[in-house]
Amino acid sequence: MERTSTGVPNEKMLMWAFIGSECMLFGSLIATYLAYRGRSIVGPYEEELLNIPFITVTTFVLLMSSLMMVLALSAVQRGDTRGSKLFLFLTALLGVVFISGQVFEFSHFVHEGLGLGRNLFSGTFFLTTGFHGAHVTVGVIWLLTLWAMAMRGKLGPEKSLKVEVAGLYWHFVDVVWIVLFTIIYLMSGASGA
Amino acid sequence: MATAEAAVHSEGKAGGTPAGGLWSWITTVDHKRIGILYFLSGLFFFLVGGLEALMIRLQLMVPENDMLSAEAFNQIFTMHGLTMVLFAVMPMAAGAFNYIVPLQIGARDVAFPRLNAFSYWLFLFGALLLNSSFFLGGAPNAGWFAYANLTSSQFSPGHGMDFYVLGLALAGAASIVAALNFIVTIINLRAPGLTFMRLPLFTWMTLVVSFLIILAFPPFTIGTIFLLFDRMFGTLFFEPSGGGDPVLWQHLFWIFGHPEVYILILPAFGIISDVIPTFSKKSLFGYPVVVYSGILIAFLGFGVWAHHMFSVGLGPIANSAFSGLTMLIAIPTGVKIFNWIATMWGGSIRFRAPMLFSIGLVAMFTIGGLSGVMHASAPADLQQTDTYFVVAHFHYVLFGGTIFGLFAGIYYWFPKVTGRFLGERLGAAHFWLMFVGMNLTFFPMHFAGLHGMPRRTFTYPAGLGFEGYNLMSTVGAAITLLAMLIFLFNFARGLRSEATAGANPWKASTLEWATSSPPPVHNFDVTPEVTSRDPLWNDGVALPAGEEKFHMPNPSYWPLVVAGGILVAAAGALVGLPVALLGAAVALAGIYGWSFEPIH
Repeated sequence: MERTSTGVPNEKMLMWAFIGSECMLFGSLIATYLAYRGRSIVGPYEEELLNIPFITVTTFVLLMSSLMMVLALSAVQRGDTRGSKLFLFLTALLGVVFISGQVFEFSHFVHEGLGLGRNLFSGTFFLTTGFHGAHVTVGVIWLLTLWAMAMRGKLGPEKSLKVEVAGLYWHFVDVVWIVLFTIIYLMSGASGA
Repeated sequence: MATAEAAVHSEGKAGGTPAGGLWSWITTVDHKRIGILYFLSGLFFFLVGGLEALMIRLQLMVPENDMLSAEAFNQIFTMHGLTMVLFAVMPMAAGAFNYIVPLQIGARDVAFPRLNAFSYWLFLFGALLLNSSFFLGGAPNAGWFAYANLTSSQFSPGHGMDFYVLGLALAGAASIVAALNFIVTIINLRAPGLTFMRLPLFTWMTLVVSFLIILAFPPFTIGTIFLLFDRMFGTLFFEPSGGGDPVLWQHLFWIFGHPEVYILILPAFGIISDVIPTFSKKSLFGYPVVVYSGILIAFLGFGVWAHHMFSVGLGPIANSAFSGLTMLIAIPTGVKIFNWIATMWGGSIRFRAPMLFSIGLVAMFTIGGLSGVMHASAPADLQQTDTYFVVAHFHYVLFGGTIFGLFAGIYYWFPKVTGRFLGERLGAAHFWLMFVGMNLTFFPMHFAGLHGMPRRTFTYPAGLGFEGYNLMSTVGAAITLLAMLIFLFNFARGLRSEATAGANPWKASTLEWATSSPPPVHNFDVTPEVTSRDPLWNDGVALPAGEEKFHMPNPSYWPLVVAGGILVAAAGALVGLPVALLGAAVALAGIYGWSFEPIH
């Protein structure tokens, strides 16, 4: 690896700085969501629609994908090719399950009359969670690419930095979801059952 | 693995001279060439923005003028602001970041050379996309800050605002990517011994500006996405009839917009902090304080955005807090002014062109800073808001500050980039004409504004006492035009003059002057080792003899492919979904081509 002044690899520092920038992106979305909460003029309103038990399940799925990511990185670093393939695939798969849950939720909301331009809740909700969903989708494509490399035997321990950087991104996207889950769902006043 | 010699041959002629024709520039990943591309593009858009300024001044030269219609005037002042801020000043500064910073830190290139090329192409495409609106149904016309709900599809039914959103999305993404690259480069690629407190001030300010860019642009990006969704999909973010609040746009815009003014000025501060010591033959006075005050300006810059919104009615507590924080910024800024003056004090000063522009900056920025403190007081600001007094203020800091600083940098580094000098006498003529021209243009605007002349209005009635001030401003603009023509002539002549500069023509102290002018493609034959803050003045740099093995990155066309795909995707938002999908597919394919391309 190239010499760097700090000893931290360039790619890793790039991802950390990018995450800093992303915090301002999601921060702006979250601030808007909070500023507009409860200010919709017409329904359907958030507390009528949000299904906390369902999203709790998909949140759990996303958190488990972070665990799989940790195991994948460890497998790649150890040179464990079987583990690399398995855990990278599982991480991506759990990401796909999460996204499917979001697609189901969105279409259910639209079916209930919450079109994108319906009220302030629809705009802020779809854009904030949609932005997050887009990030998960990018992460899934990235993970599947790494998985394809592993399947062709091109992801040895010397390439573990690639997996580590992807992992940083994936964990960050998960952390953002924990914040969104808390603010949008748990603090919504929707009934828990 | 290629040796140094082989690497040089693989890139063509050594010495950084253009070789291999157009294709080699299109596929270049060399930070010096990308720097030149950035600079020349920025200079081009500086001339475009300057022409727009001249049209504004011609229109306002006499009362009740009908040279421009109100609609044309709105488009031109909007595009003047956007062009100068985003497509002239930022890329010219980025040109200097690109060319100079790796040399100042003793690196062979930036940390991610292909990403660097990608930023350039994306910036260029954003600029072209926005400017194409002139020919495709009309440019944006709601001012560079594009206040909601002037920008809604009800009040801006044409496509101008869509071009605003898409062009600025591309340019903003390009800036963020470039800034990420420079953060990693400066933190991670410093030569051995070049600690943070030995970095040249220009590199320091590049680092600070890069952090400002990655933190300030995202809120603006979100604001423009809200606007896009309001216009295209009927969301209600800025729509009062649906409960939305137009003031949200102002917050999102100014959380970006205020740090943006420091993004524009801090590179200029960095340039003159290198120039003034060189031409005073003295180390920078109070180096750590200059560094810390630069960081403090950036930090405070995030807490003052609502001073652009005093007239919104945020309430006395918010207004007082933002007033206080704004006045606080005057302290680190004033500290810098005194540091530059103290650097010159007792030095043996050479009044060469870079030094003239630097001293011009110190004087003119101080005037702009003083009127800035006047705006910081909310009650006073309420009288000045939306008048020419504000226009006078920000042109003193942006023209008298940033543009003078950039010209100081152009005259200073031209010998490094080309091996040739710009004419000194023409340089002095350029400086003095521009100095007179800008003061004649902008000083009367203080009075026009205090007499109540509103900005952004395409004409004014006779008999209100505005005529004299406006005529003076227009004459000043003509003088500035003359100064620019002298500069362009000087620039063209300098390029054809004999290459007599040598490695260190100004006897400067920083590392970029330790290598030949222009530098070889690999910058330094061996990695320099630094042991002092002014390495070339007190034997603070060791260039060990011998041959060092390294490899230079290969040229690549993938950055251009990805940026082109993103441009097509953005245009698809106006043309139709199939085009957008095609662009996205090209960009995705480009990313894969990029990722699996061998680097060396």
